[in-house]
This record gives sequence, C-alpha cells and structure tokens, in this order.
Amino acid sequence: MITKRIIPCLDVRDGRVVKGVNFEGIRDVSSPVALASFYSDAGADELVFYDITASFEGRAIFTDILKEAAANVFIPLTVGGGINTLEDFDRVLKCGADKVSCNSGALRNPKLLEEGAKRYGSQCVVLSVDIKRVDGSFKVFSHGGRQNTGLDAFEWIKQGIDLGAGELVINSIDTDGVKNGFDIELLQKICDFSPVPVIASGGAGSMEHFTQLFREVPKIDAGLAASVFHFGEIGIRDLKTKLKADGINVRL
Amino acid sequence: MTAIIDYGVGNLYSLCSSFRFIGEAAFVTSDPDKIRSADRLILPGVGAFEDAAKKLFASGLVDVIREEVANGKPLLGICLGMQLLFEKSFEFGEHEGLGFLKGEIRPISDVIDKDLKIPHIGWNGLHFPKDKARHPLFADLQENDCVYFVHSFYATDCEDCVIATTEYSAELTAAAADKNCCGVQFHPEKSGEVGMKILKAFCKM
Repeated sequence: MITKRIIPCLDVRDGRVVKGVNFEGIRDVSSPVALASFYSDAGADELVFYDITASFEGRAIFTDILKEAAANVFIPLTVGGGINTLEDFDRVLKCGADKVSCNSGALRNPKLLEEGAKRYGSQCVVLSVDIKRVDGSFKVFSHGGRQNTGLDAFEWIKQGIDLGAGELVINSIDTDGVKNGFDIELLQKICDFSPVPVIASGGAGSMEHFTQLFREVPKIDAGLAASVFHFGEIGIRDLKTKLKADGINVRL
Repeated sequence: MTAIIDYGVGNLYSLCSSFRFIGEAAFVTSDPDKIRSADRLILPGVGAFEDAAKKLFASGLVDVIREEVANGKPLLGICLGMQLLFEKSFEFGEHEGLGFLKGEIRPISDVIDKDLKIPHIGWNGLHFPKDKARHPLFADLQENDCVYFVHSFYATDCEDCVIATTEYSAELTAAAADKNCCGVQFHPEKSGEVGMKILKAFCKM
C-alpha cells in the first residue's frame, strides 16, 4: 500500500538555505544541494524548495541551484515561492522540478492553477494555503500569512481543486512555530472532502507529533516540516523508524 | 550507449541526470541513425496517452523502434512510455499503442476502492510474481522495495508479461516485459537508490 511521506522544506534566499545547523557529514549546511543530498540519503520522500528571494538576480541563482540539486538528488522535488505565471512553471520544471506550488500567485490569479494543470497535468500543480482561525471560522491569509484575504479556507480549497490543483499543502498559522503538534482539527476537516493528496504543515515539534498526525488523520498523505529537521531536533531516519514501529506505513 | 527517444513529450532533465549520476552514457535523440547505433533505448513519456501516441506516430521514429526491437535491442518504456508499449489504451476513448506487449491500458478507478485518491501518487512497494523468475531489471531489488508512482491508468489483461506489481487496494501492474522489451509504470529516475539500481540493471541488458 502507498506509504506516508515525510517532506523537509528548504527555504532558499539568494542561493543559500536560510535556517540550519551543522550536521555530521555535511561541509556546508547552507548549501541547498548538500542539504538536499543529505535529506535524500536519510530517507526523505520528497523535498520542497521554497524560493524566498525577492530580486531578479536571486531568482536566477535559485534556478541554478535547483538544476544542481535535481542532477544529484533523485526523489520528487516541489518548488514554491514566486510562482505567478506559466513562465514560472516552465522555468522551474525545466530545471528538474516535478511539482510547482502556488500560493499568493493563485490568490491573485486563480486561473494560474487551471492553466498550469492544462499544460502540465494536475499532478504537477500544488496549491499551498496559509490558514488561520478568525472568529470561529477558517480564513485564507496571504503575504506570508500576514494578511487576511477574507476568503473561507474550505471554499478556496474546493475552488482550487476544481480549477486543477492536484495536491494541497495546508499550513496552519495557528500551530506554525508553536511546536505543539499539527493542526489536527483543520487537517481532518480538509481530508474529509479532498479528493487530492493533502500535506500537513505547521506545528511539528517532536517525532510523536508525526505519529499523532498519521493516526488521528488517517487520510493525510504527508507531513512537512522545516526547522525541526534543519536544527537537527528530528532525524529523518529516526523519525521513519519510529513511525514504522508505531504501525505507520513508511518507506525505510 | 543508451538513447533516450525524444518525440516531444515530457521533461528529460532528471532522466538524463540519473544516467550521468550512475556513470552510464546516455543521450537524448530523435535521429533514427543514432537510435540504430545505440546499445539500448528508453521510451519516456508523461501526460495523456492520445496526445503522446499521436506525437510518437507522427515523429517518424516508430519504424526504426520496431526494427531495433525486432533485432533484439533492449527497450525500456517509462510511465506513459510503458503504456505506449501495449496494444491499446482506453484513456478518454480508444487509442492504439505500439503493441510490443500484449494487454491494454485502463483507468485504475475500475479496480481500486472508491475512497482512494486518484492519481496513485507517491512511494509504493514492488512485488514480484512468485511463479516467475525475477526479471533482470530487478535483479538487485528486494521484495517490497519502494518506487515513485504517478498515474491514473494501468496495464491490464497482460498476465503473461507482468514482472512486478504494486498494491493500491487492488493489484496494479508496476512493470511488464516480453523478451527484450520492458516497461515500468513508476519513475526510476525519481525513485532514489532503488531507481538507480533499476537503471543500472537496464544498462547491463
């Protein structure tokens, strides 16, 4: 049966990974290529490269980095950040990305999802959504989670799937950075209706949180995290060994 | 030398990189002479069957591929490239394939549980038929080694040529072969170490 995926996310600015500590065996921890190889060898099922560069020059460096990573790491790569047009899809797919993650770009222009799916297939189009509770309902936030769009999260996700998104990354702003576990309530609500794979993001603080996620939301497909992996708090190999022992079907 | 056949479908960057990574020479080509001079062939492919089949038949490369396969040259179809090796596909209509492998392509929704997601996307284990000798492609693999799948259609009515299956509430064809012609439904170039073992094994065929 299909395995549950563990996905580290690398934030890249001007060609360097933004957060990170020293791992044994990596010379340069801020090198996205070295870190990607390290995670792949440790058993990561997929990698997300998130481009947080603002400048044009930085974007060109990012594409070079992506190319180099894709020439050395042979697991699926998702690229997000700065995806606003079909040309952006083309730019990253040519460099070895397998999936393209849209967030603000899709909020500004929902047709981007439709056009991306038409040209490259739904399996290529990931909708990433930042969600926060406001007065008892779930709202979509933009600008890196700072601005309330007023959109109802579930309505937006349904619209995104109808337009062609083939996978969802659900970032809970309420649990992100708190390290108290994933947002089980929100993720369960989305898994109840989503016909496409759902990736949980925001809140992982311990290995137990991943077990809890996969147990309490059986339909969730993957758990994504950044800092707990980069700061060495959780080793991917250790995490997958524990999940297996807990009866979760993972690739070892 | 491995020739990766370019008929205008799909992105070949990762496939080329993976050959470079395992230290095997490979090149992308749509030149019949280069296809003739290669030691083995790869037929890649992503997207919809009808569109890919149209492009393949329009490429003028089908005759040379048929000749070379008839001459015994190893051919590996990957993902949609594997599906094209079969007789026909029922993906949105009925479309003819190359017919190297006996069987047809049908939607996985025909056989999987209704609450499972489509496409079948992610890492899933390989199972090798117990009543057949292990195919050379999988010589270095263990039962249940995981590979990366992305597909909504699968090969069926092809029992004789199935060399590996995977389980997604139903048993799906993961790889098929007849003599020198073989195909894998998954992406070896995205399947990490296990995928590299498969590509290396192909280079020994």
